[in-house]
Amino acid sequence: MEILMSILIGFLFMAAVYLILSRSLLRIIIGTGLLSHGTHLLLLTMGGLGGESAPVLAEGITDYADPLPQALILTAIVISFGVTAFSLVLAYRAYKVVGTDNMDLMKGNEDND
Amino acid sequence: MKTNDLIIQTTTKVVFFIIFLFSIHIFFAGHYTPGGGFVGGLVMSSAIVLLMLAFDLKTVQDMLPVNYTVITAIGLIISLLTAAGSIFFNVPFFTHVYDYFNLPLLGETSIHTAMFFDTGVYLVVVGVTMNIIQMIGGDE
Amino acid sequence: MSLIFAIFLPIIIALVIPFLFKKVSNIHTGWFVLLVPLVLVFFYGTYIPTVMDGNTYIEELSWVPSLDISLVSYIDGLSLLFSLLITGIGALVVLYSIFYLDKEKEKLGNFYVYLLLFMSAMLGVVQSDHLISLYFFWELTSISSFLLIGYWYTKDRSRFGALKSMMITVFGGLMMLGGFVLLGIMGETFSIRELIDQAPILVGHEFFVWALVLVLIGAFTKSAQFPFYIWLPDAMEAPTPVSAYLHSATMVKAGLYLVARFTPIFALSEVWVWLVTGVGLLTLFWGSVFAVKQTDLKAILAFSTVSQLGLIMSLLGIGSISYHVTGTLVTTFTIATFAAIFHLMNHATFKGSLFMIAGIVDHETGTRDIRKLGGLMSLMPISFTIAMIGSFSMAGIPLFNGFLSKEMFLDATLSLQHFNVHSLESWWILFPTVAWIASVFTFVYSLYFVFHTFRGKHKPELLPKKAHEAPWGMLVSPSILAILVIVIFFVPNYFSSLFIKPAVAAIQPLAYQVPADIGFKIKAWHGFDSPALYMTLGVFLIGFILYKTIDKWAPVYERIPAKISLNRFYNGLMNLSDKGANRLSSSYMTGSIRSYLIYMFAALIILLALTMWIKNAFVMDLTNLAPIKFFEVLISLILIISTVTILVTKSRLTAIIALGAVGYTVALFYIIFKAPDLALTQLVIETVSVALFLGAFYHLPKMNKYEKGKEDRRFRLNNFLIALGVGIMVTLIAIASHSQKLVESISGYYKETVYSEAGGGNIVNVILVDYRGFDTLFEIGVLTIASLGIIGMITVQLAKKKGDRKVEDK
Repeated sequence: MEILMSILIGFLFMAAVYLILSRSLLRIIIGTGLLSHGTHLLLLTMGGLGGESAPVLAEGITDYADPLPQALILTAIVISFGVTAFSLVLAYRAYKVVGTDNMDLMKGNEDND
Repeated sequence: MKTNDLIIQTTTKVVFFIIFLFSIHIFFAGHYTPGGGFVGGLVMSSAIVLLMLAFDLKTVQDMLPVNYTVITAIGLIISLLTAAGSIFFNVPFFTHVYDYFNLPLLGETSIHTAMFFDTGVYLVVVGVTMNIIQMIGGDE
Repeated sequence: MSLIFAIFLPIIIALVIPFLFKKVSNIHTGWFVLLVPLVLVFFYGTYIPTVMDGNTYIEELSWVPSLDISLVSYIDGLSLLFSLLITGIGALVVLYSIFYLDKEKEKLGNFYVYLLLFMSAMLGVVQSDHLISLYFFWELTSISSFLLIGYWYTKDRSRFGALKSMMITVFGGLMMLGGFVLLGIMGETFSIRELIDQAPILVGHEFFVWALVLVLIGAFTKSAQFPFYIWLPDAMEAPTPVSAYLHSATMVKAGLYLVARFTPIFALSEVWVWLVTGVGLLTLFWGSVFAVKQTDLKAILAFSTVSQLGLIMSLLGIGSISYHVTGTLVTTFTIATFAAIFHLMNHATFKGSLFMIAGIVDHETGTRDIRKLGGLMSLMPISFTIAMIGSFSMAGIPLFNGFLSKEMFLDATLSLQHFNVHSLESWWILFPTVAWIASVFTFVYSLYFVFHTFRGKHKPELLPKKAHEAPWGMLVSPSILAILVIVIFFVPNYFSSLFIKPAVAAIQPLAYQVPADIGFKIKAWHGFDSPALYMTLGVFLIGFILYKTIDKWAPVYERIPAKISLNRFYNGLMNLSDKGANRLSSSYMTGSIRSYLIYMFAALIILLALTMWIKNAFVMDLTNLAPIKFFEVLISLILIISTVTILVTKSRLTAIIALGAVGYTVALFYIIFKAPDLALTQLVIETVSVALFLGAFYHLPKMNKYEKGKEDRRFRLNNFLIALGVGIMVTLIAIASHSQKLVESISGYYKETVYSEAGGGNIVNVILVDYRGFDTLFEIGVLTIASLGIIGMITVQLAKKKGDRKVEDK
């Protein structure tokens, strides 16, 4: 399963990077969203996927899933929500002010930095 | 986002309180079972979002006249004070304590300082999420 | 008062100067500043009697103990002489500046802070025994000189001059640091005294010549030697007190100090002898010849300073020959060192007074252009007298101290005939000849300076101001120096035993144990058989003729092509580096986020791949895998399909919903992998996110695909390759990191203590609020900031402020 997950994560990263490198603002934002999904799964996979039970104490269970990556991911999920929201607003404000969502045109030129 | 769907609106009124109670439950349960401040706060916000979808922004604001920035601030202060409180007892910053109490009705319960901290998290998450949604939805 | 405290006293006082300048406006700030050098000059004065007898003082303060760097204040004859010069001339200059700089118009706070900073730095340079602290103070003098030259920073010339001096002296300083490091490596110590003890061992080391050359570049840049002298004429944009202080009496002599200080180490190499002597003589010649060309009073003095510094440098070089000879010749060559120190002292007196006079002329007439000046003798008689004393001393005319040291200099160049190595044979005659020609030109420009300013026809119509004698206060300092010029001529041996002999003993520690061992005396009259006498007479004769006919031959200078000037080379170099840096940075700073992202991703791929390859880190361990279930494969397929949908879709709505689908499938994965908290959070947040996207839908740009056409095939290919690289790297890392657990996971600790210590059952939540509560605290802080940012972006109308600026679509 870990191998399958690794490949899946690689695929998510690839798609995310491809989107981020494109010229359209919206695609970039969606790309960052995909990237954070990929990262979360990566963290989870690194810790191992073989836990018998959720990391919640219960009688008679000793094999818990690794709680540390989960805590990290939980933090990351909430933060990435904040980042997505922020970049979304940034994008559409910039779009409104500059009048284009093409990164090549937005980058400014010699006299208009 | 103007809608006038009677069925949705009526259902929402009921569902909102169910979700609201669920979020409270999930928050308090968080220390022992899945849940906690983050999830609780998010569930709470999604309840309000549901309201916003069913009615519209303006109506929801009239129903719940809260300034979410203030909520965020209060949450942050609660968290910070909980964390900082420990230094008055001559223990390192962020040291939590807990104890068991026998409360009427609820029976034996434990009270954690960590829970106060989580309350702060809950409030911040609600405040931030709602602020963002309100800002984006309300911007013409 | 401790020695180290004395070094820092000026800086400490500098801290209160700005307040004094602001609060006490009716008293010129200079009066307070004046106390500092006065106190210090008396303080160092108390050391004269004991240092005269050959005593030295040392005081150490640990600075960076881990690197074995300390501040060491070391007082011997040489550093005491320099300390006295710095504080003594400093006092006179501050006194002079009180009258020169108007307390109403000038920013005296800045001026005196820089000046005091310089004073501390310079004292540090001459007293440091530790190479690194010496370097530190050395650069501090460059910086304070930069600030002082640029004091009138509204003038272009000031800024240009300041930058130029900084570039050249800091370049030299860095070279010097390199030399110091080499010395430190060779001798395994940074203490100059210890290095001197090891000199005979060091000389055979392979780095020795490199260290020597690097240290010399430092000294040559600071002391304005050929070809680095070009910064000094431009430094004349500084206020005249600064020119008198830094650029003639003290800072430019730091290079001489350095050469003198390192003579016991480097003189063992002949490279040193020829470099120092040769460059010194060349500078002497070059400076004196071009001084005559100048029309600005201060420029004449600047070139004359260059040439005089060359003179002292060459004397130090000749003096270092004494390390290569035996018997009576040691004394013969030591006289050169003696003359160097003597002339250094004399130069400080006459050049200081001349600079001050140039400042007075500038101040009282409003111009320094010698073509407009003339006939000031009757208007400014005292200034004229002082100027004459100074110039005559510079020209080497008897009754003034310059004569004595100039005579010794000519003698020293003649003594080269005794140094017969490397088939020098009859070539030695070149040195006295160059020295003689330079002396002739020195004579010419000295007379030119004083007589063209003060005699001849007065041209009041050319002067911006009506000329009159300077106020008494401005005349005090140059008068004191002028009196010294004459006094030293009559009792040179008194000064010699006070200052010069202890300094020479410090430079020649092998030859002389105590200063009193140095036997020779300074004499004005050497008898008729002295060749220097005839050389001097020749200088006077030819010099006088040349001076009289100056208008006839001066146009020769015009014929020197401007193309080959060093300044042109410097400007070209600066231009080139400016443009080069610009081109270089604009070649990769494109302003497009895409380029930066490509750098990052490319670096990620390359660095990770390299590390994996070098460290042999890729391991695939198939033993400890979770089983694959049908359900999981199904979810994976859904995930892939949704991702592909995002990639290919043209509609915004589809993309947003597909992104939501990805999020929900990820949540399903969390459920499968036993992470209920994550699943809950992910589900809710995905819902809220989709609501968010839909809420912003109205404002969002279209899902444009700008990279459609054929011309963008390369663009897409590049993106795809980078994306593929990142994807593969991440996959490899995921597999490798899962396959090898190098350290025990900390999770075990959490699992054991979660109930007993933290009193909770949900480990993830307890980690969040308790074990790693700090993270969470900052996380909600970040969230708050993000939401405030969003509020800011939406409520503050940027568009209105900046006007409707739209980028035209190409």
